[in-house]
Amino acid sequence: MKRHALSTRVWHWINLVFLVILFMSGLTISNAHRRLYWGEWGFAAEQAWLIVPRFPDWMTIPGYYSLAVARDWHILASWPFALALLFMWVAMLANRHFQRDLVTTRKEWRPRNVWADIVAHAKFDFDHDGAKYNFLQKLSYGLVLGVFLPMMVLTGMALAPGLGPIIGWFIDLVGGRQSARSLHFIFSFATFGFFVAHVLLVLITGPVRQIRDMITGGRVETA
Amino acid sequence: MKRRNFLVAAGAAFVAGCNRIAETGPGRSLLGAAESWHEGAHRFLIDRHSLVKEYPSSSISPFFRGNGSTNPQNGDYQAQASAGFADWRLNVAGLVRTPMQLSLDDIRTLPQRTQITRHDCVEGWSAIGEWTGPQLSTLLDAAGLRPEARYIVFRCADNLNGQDYYESIDLIDAFHPQTIVAHRLNGEPLPVRNGAPLRMRIEKQLGYKHAKYLTAIEAVATLDDIGAGKGGYWEDRSGYQWYAGI
Repeated sequence: MKRHALSTRVWHWINLVFLVILFMSGLTISNAHRRLYWGEWGFAAEQAWLIVPRFPDWMTIPGYYSLAVARDWHILASWPFALALLFMWVAMLANRHFQRDLVTTRKEWRPRNVWADIVAHAKFDFDHDGAKYNFLQKLSYGLVLGVFLPMMVLTGMALAPGLGPIIGWFIDLVGGRQSARSLHFIFSFATFGFFVAHVLLVLITGPVRQIRDMITGGRVETA
Repeated sequence: MKRRNFLVAAGAAFVAGCNRIAETGPGRSLLGAAESWHEGAHRFLIDRHSLVKEYPSSSISPFFRGNGSTNPQNGDYQAQASAGFADWRLNVAGLVRTPMQLSLDDIRTLPQRTQITRHDCVEGWSAIGEWTGPQLSTLLDAAGLRPEARYIVFRCADNLNGQDYYESIDLIDAFHPQTIVAHRLNGEPLPVRNGAPLRMRIEKQLGYKHAKYLTAIEAVATLDDIGAGKGGYWEDRSGYQWYAGI
């Protein structure tokens, strides 16, 4: 049996490419108006809850300040990103990857178990006792796939005035269009935080094998 | 330090790759096409008459920010402003059966629509205001569109960086019930900052489509021979998306 299903591997790399494009072009869009607000409206410093730093050009797409070009990339990449996420959800429900590997049990949520998992992580002890993922892995993969990435899509759609007539319920739910914009920013950095932790853990746990397995599928060690 | 250098190099390589793709013919047309995929999806998902949210008056922003031209200095705009826009005329022209020239009084005596809506700038900010004016469809129906008409072009009095501001929309947005020629903001005549004496409200698109200092409404079959041919001032100047519903 393969360690990673084909659908997981295909989604993983497609998602990486388009997430990076979305993040880097998003930083240019952030540079166009470096203030975040709560509620429906906001346009001046006195209404802002956060003044965002200006992101240097090397972090951004297209690598110089152009709101129009950055929006072109953002608008293009949003399609494969959102459709791939939908595909991944259908695939991991169909092949039971979600039910088998990602769903947590009530036992795993007990404080003692959570603490033990944190301690094990701190000691770089990643032995899972047979299960594919430990609690913190399930929690973080679950949060990224179930909350962070879907929220990127929904809060992004909330920003499009053309979708106003059908996305209004969601805008109301989060408290307004500027709240949706703030959440778009917050979830993008939450996702970036996951990305950094994910890459670090891959580097610690044998990057060659990890990356090879995410390409070829690898083998489950204990058959 | 080494790791940071690696990140910078990886980022730069990725950006360079993206820019190389953007420069190729297929890359450029792909980037342009994505805009029309969104437009197509919006048109498919949303009934053309369904409305965007209208707010209670308690939601109105205490100040309505102006952007782009906020006080045109070109032509006779300043003289017209001093005269209270008494001689301002709005032309309805192009591919119409009955071209019209309307004074502000003519516009004020048409059936009016008042709506409290949210204005979203492409840069990211929003403001809420109450707008009053006739629906664009009232003017277009009175003038009678010819069958060849595909787009409505808005001509403006302001000249920004040496180019006359203009904008354009398709007939779906032109006949949307909330597309109005506004002459009042929050119960007062439109301030100069926000486009006095007339401006467009096109509520399903971003702010740069809402042409200010409006002098003419023109029905056309193609946008190719207007300005640089991309359908609007910012579209021509900076490559902004013509469909600004995203």
